[in-house]
Amino acid sequence: MEEFDYTEIVHRCFRCGYCKYPSDYSRINCPSYAKYKFESYFSGGRMWLIRAFLNEEISWSGHLGEIMYSCSTCRNCVENCVFKFSDQLVDVFIHARADMVENGLVPSKVADFFSNIAKFGNPWGEKKSKRLEWAEGKYYDKNEYLLYAGCVASYDSRAKKALKALKELMEMAEVDFGVMRDETCEGNEVRIMGEFGLFAEIARNNLQKFESEGVRKIITPDPHAFNAFRNYYPEFGAEFNVLHHTQLLYSLLRSKKLNLGKVNAKATYHDPCFLGRWNGLYEEPRKILKEIPGLIFVEMPRNRKNAFCCGGGSGNFYTDYLGGKDGPAKIRIKEAAETANLLVTSCPICLMMLEDAAKSENIDIEVKDIAEILLEAIKT
Amino acid sequence: MDGEMDDKTEDKMDNKMDIYKKLVEIVGEEYVSVNPEELYIYSSDPGTMEPCKPDYVVIPDNVEEIQKIVVLANRHKIPIVPMGGALSLSGLVRPLKGGIVLDMKRMNRIIEVNEKSRYAVIEAGVSEGELKAYLNKHHPNLRHSMPDAPPIATITANALIHGSGRLSQQYGFHSDMINGLEVVLPTGEICRVGSCSISPYWFTRAPLPELAGLFIGWFGATGIVTKLGIKLYPRQKLRDVMIFVTENPDYVADVIWRITQTEVTEDLTVWAQPRPEWAEGFQHTTVYLTANSEEEMELKKKIVKNAVREYITRKEGGFLMLTPAMKAMFLQEPMSQLVRFADVRKGGGFEYVGAILPVELFGDAYRKGLEIAERIDITYAFNIRVIGRAHCMMFAYAYPFNRADEEDVERARKALHETNKVVLEMGGIPWKAELPAQKLILERMDPTTKELMRKILQLLDPNNIMNPGNWEVE
Repeated sequence: MEEFDYTEIVHRCFRCGYCKYPSDYSRINCPSYAKYKFESYFSGGRMWLIRAFLNEEISWSGHLGEIMYSCSTCRNCVENCVFKFSDQLVDVFIHARADMVENGLVPSKVADFFSNIAKFGNPWGEKKSKRLEWAEGKYYDKNEYLLYAGCVASYDSRAKKALKALKELMEMAEVDFGVMRDETCEGNEVRIMGEFGLFAEIARNNLQKFESEGVRKIITPDPHAFNAFRNYYPEFGAEFNVLHHTQLLYSLLRSKKLNLGKVNAKATYHDPCFLGRWNGLYEEPRKILKEIPGLIFVEMPRNRKNAFCCGGGSGNFYTDYLGGKDGPAKIRIKEAAETANLLVTSCPICLMMLEDAAKSENIDIEVKDIAEILLEAIKT
Repeated sequence: MDGEMDDKTEDKMDNKMDIYKKLVEIVGEEYVSVNPEELYIYSSDPGTMEPCKPDYVVIPDNVEEIQKIVVLANRHKIPIVPMGGALSLSGLVRPLKGGIVLDMKRMNRIIEVNEKSRYAVIEAGVSEGELKAYLNKHHPNLRHSMPDAPPIATITANALIHGSGRLSQQYGFHSDMINGLEVVLPTGEICRVGSCSISPYWFTRAPLPELAGLFIGWFGATGIVTKLGIKLYPRQKLRDVMIFVTENPDYVADVIWRITQTEVTEDLTVWAQPRPEWAEGFQHTTVYLTANSEEEMELKKKIVKNAVREYITRKEGGFLMLTPAMKAMFLQEPMSQLVRFADVRKGGGFEYVGAILPVELFGDAYRKGLEIAERIDITYAFNIRVIGRAHCMMFAYAYPFNRADEEDVERARKALHETNKVVLEMGGIPWKAELPAQKLILERMDPTTKELMRKILQLLDPNNIMNPGNWEVE
């Protein structure tokens, strides 16, 4: 794991608050600050609190742990901070969390998250045998692509439906793929939540499996897994290529392997943070949606680099520090409903968070993964 | 003895817990904090002033909640400090005597924009950035005067401390743009001043007796402003910038006089700083122009050039060539480059004395600033905004510091204090004065004026609960 001395940066934050906003300053765009509203809950507040803790001006507390882990690492702050160290902001929080882990100071929900992943390979402590129920025996056997589902798509009932749609699309397009028999967590959240040791173990084990099976290309519908495979696994010697499912689906459309019928909907798109701000993939999903006959595509006011996070990242889909009143998913689903009657996304966590928010707020909007709307277009 | 102390401590704790519970009843549990983390964060702003911890941080949603909090605070004689963006940098929202910090930013509703009479009615937590974005979207022909503070700075707090911004050269301080106020008085009554006290329109303060002055410039010591009527202005289609450079600070007052005499400019600022190296020793008079057509813009540029032609002919001044990137930087509202000054010492800090001075003193003010910087061995940036057709200027003497180096912070404090003294000696007045500067101002103030201030504070705030310690006349 790379060396990074965040203690050399924390005092450089001016707490000016540019990082709270999108580029047009229209609304608060930091998900934890939008929910909690205290100055402690945005990146500047966290920087100052980390420094205060290091200087022994404040002691450790569960509340401080909650503040540190309520950051969904959406990177809005990185986009909008005006200082030269802006690129390192999220790294500061990740490495501060790593020190919390090292010193046994993480909140119990976070400890449970790590423990479940270490023992069961998923955050909920679900049985390993349940993980691949959706795959119906389509196991990897020297195929061109490994389809890696990730934890949320494998276990969450809503996200699983989207995963099945993707599988069906890939089969329709005659993509040569299979699923690893003993797929386990890829560890993206483990790393960004600061458990570097556990992440290294996960990454090495996964790589060993991939190498022994001869995996050269991976497709995943999970931007969090995409991020780990693309940005963290090379450090452990990974040489495979990874594609997000929006990249694959767009290339299938371009090569005319999927024929689309009409879908009558006014749709908008929610950019998952780990696809957009973390990895710069903004256009493929939009191009796919614009290819669907009958579908009217409309942007939400906050889109691409200015998209508002659903609040699920960095393990918050499990710890739920960003749930409840004024939770970012509730804010986002309202914004979507003011724009369109169909909200499309391309992340199992976003899908789960946003559909839950629509239900709990009783908001009349459909929430779908891009694979689902594409499959619908093919079947009509 | 130990037992007595324990009992007293326990009584105090019980009382504190009772107050906490009452605050929770008023605003809800999620909007009250007594956690050490929030008390730490709300104890200071990004400037050099020493922290002062509050006992409670409360985020109210509406005026009725604030009224209840004020009544509670009066009953128990608990200080209250209303807070906007906490970006004055001079520690004005530090709770000098503890108590409740009221973070106003949850009250961020834009209540009305009257397009025809060109004003907006907003809650006190609406930020500069949010109103700008709202007007861009819904009223693209209107604008408000943006300061160069970060966009989270609140419009109300900025207007109440006599802030200035992009339209101040034309229309004066932001406090001059206030049409009306809704205020929770220190005794809990809700009061309106301006036309809104008798009319549904928040369109003017005249011709009534001037009551807004009871709340402007007082740093929250006379009440909590909850709504603000603020003037809006026409937005023209085009904006451009020109920078006129001189090497003799004694010329700048005349350059400003000539340019303001043309009546064609929007904003007019001057900056001087030792970095980048090419800028050292020069004064950069930055002229902002707006127009509705290219033709109008070209004409205005010609008028400005003609106004200072004599300096160009004498080879004592000239216009800087600006690249598109430089223009974009100068035209940004707010100008984020100014905040980056905090990283000059790689230490996340700067503070400035915003001296309100007659423009004719520019040369002296400039030289005295350089003397202080040299004597204290501190780097600097001077940023000056012309206010009201050169009726005065806000001369910001900004000093960066590394907050991780206490000696560096102390050096900045010393520079600020020296600057405050020099400003007063020149006949100027430090703007949004930090506590030590308030004391310097009061020392020089006419005794009868001070007595009037004391009487006003006593009359409005008999229990001395509103941001106590500020403007305290002994």
